[in-house]
Amino acid sequence: MSDHHHKETFVTKYIFSTDHKMISKQYLITGIFMGVIGVFMSMLFRLQIAWPEKSFSIIEAFLGHHQDGGVMSPDIYLAIVTIHGTIMVFFVLTAGLSGTFSNLLIPLQIGARDMASGFLNMVSYWLFFLSSIIMVISLFVEAGPASAGWTIYPPLSALPQAIPGSGLGMTLWLVSMAIFIASSLLGALNYIVTVLNLRTVGMKMTRLPLTIWAFFITAIIGVVSFPVLLSAALLLIFDRSFGTSFYLSDIFIQGEVLHYQGGSPVLFEHLFWFLGHPEVYIVLLPALGITSEIISTNSRKPIFGYRAMIGSIIAIAFLSTIVWGHHMFVSGMNPFLGSVFTFTTLLIAIPSAVKAFNYITTLWKGNLQMNPAMLFSIGLVSTFISGGLTGLVLGDSALDINVHDTYFVVAHFHLVMGVSAIYGMFAGVYHWFPKMYGRMMNKTLGYWHFWITAVAAYGVFFPMHFIGLAGLPRRYYSNTAFPLFDDVADVNIVITMFAILGGAAQIIFLANFFISIYKGKKATQNPWKSNTLEWTTPIEHIHGNWPGEIPAVHRWPYDYSKPGHEEDYVCQTTPLMDGEEES
Amino acid sequence: MTALLYILLAIVVAVAIWQIASILNLKSVIATEKDNNTQGILFAAFGIFFYGLMIFSFVKYSSILLPDSASVEGDRYDTLYMVTMVLILIVQAITQFLLFYFAFKYRGIKGRKALFYADSHKLELIWTVIPAVVLAGLVLYGLSVWIDVMDASDAEDPLIVEVYAKQFQWEARYAGEDNELGLANVRNIKGINTMGVDMTDKNALDDIPTRELHLPKGRKVIFKFRSQDVLHSAYMPHFRAQMNCVPGMVTQFAFTPSMTTEEMRLNDKTITKVEGINKIRAEKGEDPYEFDYLLLCNKICGASHYNMQMKIIVEEESEFNSWLNSQKTMAQVVQ
Repeated sequence: MSDHHHKETFVTKYIFSTDHKMISKQYLITGIFMGVIGVFMSMLFRLQIAWPEKSFSIIEAFLGHHQDGGVMSPDIYLAIVTIHGTIMVFFVLTAGLSGTFSNLLIPLQIGARDMASGFLNMVSYWLFFLSSIIMVISLFVEAGPASAGWTIYPPLSALPQAIPGSGLGMTLWLVSMAIFIASSLLGALNYIVTVLNLRTVGMKMTRLPLTIWAFFITAIIGVVSFPVLLSAALLLIFDRSFGTSFYLSDIFIQGEVLHYQGGSPVLFEHLFWFLGHPEVYIVLLPALGITSEIISTNSRKPIFGYRAMIGSIIAIAFLSTIVWGHHMFVSGMNPFLGSVFTFTTLLIAIPSAVKAFNYITTLWKGNLQMNPAMLFSIGLVSTFISGGLTGLVLGDSALDINVHDTYFVVAHFHLVMGVSAIYGMFAGVYHWFPKMYGRMMNKTLGYWHFWITAVAAYGVFFPMHFIGLAGLPRRYYSNTAFPLFDDVADVNIVITMFAILGGAAQIIFLANFFISIYKGKKATQNPWKSNTLEWTTPIEHIHGNWPGEIPAVHRWPYDYSKPGHEEDYVCQTTPLMDGEEES
Repeated sequence: MTALLYILLAIVVAVAIWQIASILNLKSVIATEKDNNTQGILFAAFGIFFYGLMIFSFVKYSSILLPDSASVEGDRYDTLYMVTMVLILIVQAITQFLLFYFAFKYRGIKGRKALFYADSHKLELIWTVIPAVVLAGLVLYGLSVWIDVMDASDAEDPLIVEVYAKQFQWEARYAGEDNELGLANVRNIKGINTMGVDMTDKNALDDIPTRELHLPKGRKVIFKFRSQDVLHSAYMPHFRAQMNCVPGMVTQFAFTPSMTTEEMRLNDKTITKVEGINKIRAEKGEDPYEFDYLLLCNKICGASHYNMQMKIIVEEESEFNSWLNSQKTMAQVVQ
């Protein structure tokens, strides 16, 4: 929050920067880098799933001693499935999405010169960077990276005898995640404090854009739930390295009885999912917030039911902390608990339905400006509904029994949190690129990117429900051991083809993104004719965001097409006219 | 080296894409009226693709789905599933239609002003209350099925079977004449006593260890699950049954088989499915497949997780009893 200008060196400006705008770009670039790795891994294992015995030169080229003649080993298959999940959930959709946009937008949209603590913000990014580096290094461990699934259930994750990835690979995974959690806690605390304390004059909580509400509530969920994962990870480290028995008991492996006595893997499941389920919303809420903002701006209409939207964000956040047991209906947990969790889980459908209906109503009688960000936002609403609805099957303990851990689950959560959140992230990048880089992204490439991705995403995940309903378990290296599943082989080939199409489409995005940074058309100050404060700052970034006074706010952010105004947008800084009522 | 080539190739493609696009699109970066029109129409087209994909999948892939349930409890499961699925499809069809239709219908036109419509308590009340009521019904229905499936305490003369998991194999142990399983712990594993049965426990002597799971039709079976190393999950999809096997504890699931293996082979849906599979196998020159119930591992457990299975044979009670009587008891095996 320094108004005085001290001389900035290359290092303080681009590397150890405390400016939230620079940190947000650092998050984005790191997130994109990790995303490339995560998506590329999915291409590799999709090849294996579709053509289990076939040799691929790309597998031979990238998997080193983990493959034989272009066919990957079962161990590395499980490892890349694990790392794909870890990277996409934590590094891309948590840090990459929330880190980027919370950092960029919180100070800009609430009217603050920077985060409450620029220094902590910088530390948060560099911890994230460090954890990314450790995760990437773990890929090169001799025995392979962690391979017990992204949920790292012990004993599999605790015993190197059980799977080679549970040796050094798992240690690095745990170290990386511990640092990651520290990073996200620092970030989240900063976001909460900033939103509560640094709002500009007139920026009441009920005048905050929904993006900020989403980031704010997300940060609260993060602070509540991430420490529990940290403790789960620490106890696992204790079991692995110091011989404690928090999660382990009565184990006989490779001809030998181990000393562990009295622990329970179910304890780990509870601790893991106490973070793991809120994590879904940590990923999803920022995407929904971004979508609210973009749909409203591009529909040239106020978001429908602003207060209901805030209410449902809060309701979802609250409920998200008491539903974790729906991941454990068949874990051996008491069936009565299953009943309770079914009840709380299906409750979440209510605020989610409210959100979906409100988005659709916002489009109604709008004047839709089909910018790439808008396409991704509409796409998000579609995948959010498609994926959310199958949650009614999985959240119902009775129905979960037979689809638990099958491809039905994979299809469900990829649509509702994977694809939806990544759409939100793309929407955000297209929309705020001019704010980040002072240039515009190419529109035509954006359109191609969206349509190919949209077709591919449904092409991958819609048929996937059916192979789950055919009873095919997830995380199978190959289905050739079961003649029963011979008829899903064709479906898997279709899915893989769509997956490759979708993966390839991301090259369009990467090309557009990186070249636009240098060659994109120069942006105007408020290219989307938006109401929010970030568009009142100069195009060229300055420390402190506004050259003079921070503008005061006089109205909510969604006065689009308000009767009585010449233009179809009214910036939050515009005072109310005589006799005008605030919406 | 080849890896580097692949990466270079991707970069070349990326640059090429940009070059082509910058020639095509030198000026405008914000959606014009023409773009709104094109993209709006594309949303309509995408809506058609979306419904097409849905209908195609239901028609084409219905043959790969699991056949009718082979357990009494599974029938209730299937009804609940159908009710839920119909509900989901109705909501899906309506909301997605509205979404794509609005995206098409209200595509931007220059000079038109959108309707300033920020709130309607009536509408919001409607779409809070309706989902709440529907969900309340679904929760109650679902829980009645759940309690029914999970509560085996009122079963009369159930068959008690232990299912034992280890990397990467299943074993089973029948409770024998006393219908009570002997104590067991991994610390007793020795030689042929692979499940660690405690031979000093008198209940253990008549237990019957097997490598194949036989179940009697029409009698409730209570499964007791154990694992000796990592988590496994005993998944019996044809019976709509699944429970994790957790080292250090005993978990439980129960169902009543309602169709013998023979009967299931003659079930219409099974016949269609098996025909489909055998067509594919014939093309690959593989032996024809005959339907069998299976127990699969459904919790990631290591390298051969994908091949951890056990055959299940459901037969009439008399056949089952004579099979069981022909098996050796623990006392006989360990001697």
